[in-house]
Amino acid sequence: MNNTGSVTILQKYQRKRLNQRSQTLLVLAFGSIFLLAITVIGTLVGDIAITTNFTQKNFLPQIAHPFGTDWLGRDMLARTLKGMSISIYIGLFASVISAVIAAILGAAAATLGKKVDAVITWFIDLVMGIPHLLLLILISYAIGRGTFGVVVAVAISHWPVLTRIIRGEILQLKEANYIKIAGKLGQSKMKIVVKHMIPHVFPQFLVGLVLLFPHAILHEAALTFLGFGLPPEQPGIGIILSESMKYLSLGMWWLALFPGMVLMTTVLLFDLVGGSLRKMIDPHSAQE
Amino acid sequence: MRLEAKGISFGYKKGVKILDQFQITIENHERVGIVAPSGFGKTTLCQILSGYIKPASGQVLLDGKDIYKIQGYCPVQMIWQHPEKAVNPRLRMKDIIAEGDGIDERIMDGLGIERDWLNRFPGELSGGEVQRFCIARALGKRTKFLIADEISTMLDLITQSQVWNFLLTEVAERKIGLIVVTHSNLLMERIATRQVVLSSEPAKSLLFH
Ligand SMILES: Nc1ncnc2c1ncn2[C@@H]1O[C@H](COP(=O)(O)OP(=O)(O)OP(=O)(O)O)[C@@H](O)[C@H]1O
Ligand SMILES: [Mg+2]
Repeated sequence: MNNTGSVTILQKYQRKRLNQRSQTLLVLAFGSIFLLAITVIGTLVGDIAITTNFTQKNFLPQIAHPFGTDWLGRDMLARTLKGMSISIYIGLFASVISAVIAAILGAAAATLGKKVDAVITWFIDLVMGIPHLLLLILISYAIGRGTFGVVVAVAISHWPVLTRIIRGEILQLKEANYIKIAGKLGQSKMKIVVKHMIPHVFPQFLVGLVLLFPHAILHEAALTFLGFGLPPEQPGIGIILSESMKYLSLGMWWLALFPGMVLMTTVLLFDLVGGSLRKMIDPHSAQE
Repeated sequence: MRLEAKGISFGYKKGVKILDQFQITIENHERVGIVAPSGFGKTTLCQILSGYIKPASGQVLLDGKDIYKIQGYCPVQMIWQHPEKAVNPRLRMKDIIAEGDGIDERIMDGLGIERDWLNRFPGELSGGEVQRFCIARALGKRTKFLIADEISTMLDLITQSQVWNFLLTEVAERKIGLIVVTHSNLLMERIATRQVVLSSEPAKSLLFH
């Protein structure tokens, strides 16, 4: 394919692709660094975030306090970053649990026969049939509010999409000619899984995992905002937002606006990072 | 060695039989051609004969053993019509060929495989080049029957003749039985010691109306 054909067209094509690739890489790197920065700084500013200073109550955004201060004189930038990092940790934790459930159930559905598949598919449809937020509230209410409840609720409500993807991928792979041929060449099941299946499914799994983050974070925040989630001792971004709501009527708009924007940005960035990751490990770029 | 298909029936959809009570016996010194128009089930038959598909009824026996139940290396190896689907796009050619059963340098030379191709991925080779790897891969030490399903359609005439020259001497030397599917009459005349015409019930009735 490659050694014939016009050189100029070939070169043009490659250059464009390289450009696109490095662009994606740039987005990926930038997004990851930004998210890492939020998490690390948020973790480090813990003390500032809870330091009250009654001489600096209710300040509008200014150079010393870019996001303003709250009714106890706490710096809103520090609180926001701290809250965001808590939310990211919880989202991360819940996503990883969710993804592990998805990997196990997806693989089981695709390999353990029709009955297992039917049961797992039934559960997928069940969970996906219930509105997300309702399911989240029900689970976290049943388990007891608090961090544990949120993690469990977010994890339980988010596995179906990825499970479906993994199940579909493995089913498709099992039918692939080259895998059937490997079997006839006497390759063991284990070898086929390690050499042919995992390298194909793992990237998809990774992308699925990263794309779970934004959902997990958003739903954690929503759950907490509605009062079913994190306790006030764990001031995630949802807590900050719901507390700020009380002061919104007093005209303290900055208390809700900036944390809300940071939440939005984080969620969008995670989505962007997941999207570029998907582009990077698309099967057609496997040659690099 | 003897490959024996007994009373083979098969269809993908219920009620539509592609093969109906098909019989064939092939000895390992024979070269059998299978002839039929497109869509008559040649590839399907090849898959049944090499144990990829379990027939709805009947059995394929290799020296009395059911081919579908053989574990490990299958002595009946099929070379597929579409080489690009027969290789994992994520593996280098050297890893693909390594899955075969001890493929000699001699075989690779005979098929005109260049050493430089070994480090490439399938996407970086032409269809014909990938097909040569697939042919080599099927010629492992324990191969007793070779099923070639339209394996040379993507090769130019010179390469085609080079590949078949090599394959014919190889199967003769190693006493490998050969089953060939091709639409080329010329090739069929040259290769096959005997030809089998495939006809299916629904297709037959189509022809007569
Ligand atoms: N996996 C499948 N599922 C359902 N139907 C199939 C499948 N594979 C083949 N068929 C159908 O079975 C019939 C025989 O197909 P097959 O590939 O065996 O034909 P063939 O003789 O090899 O044709 P060709 O000369 O074009 O390669 C066709 O009508 C085809 O559409
Ligand atoms: Mg065919």
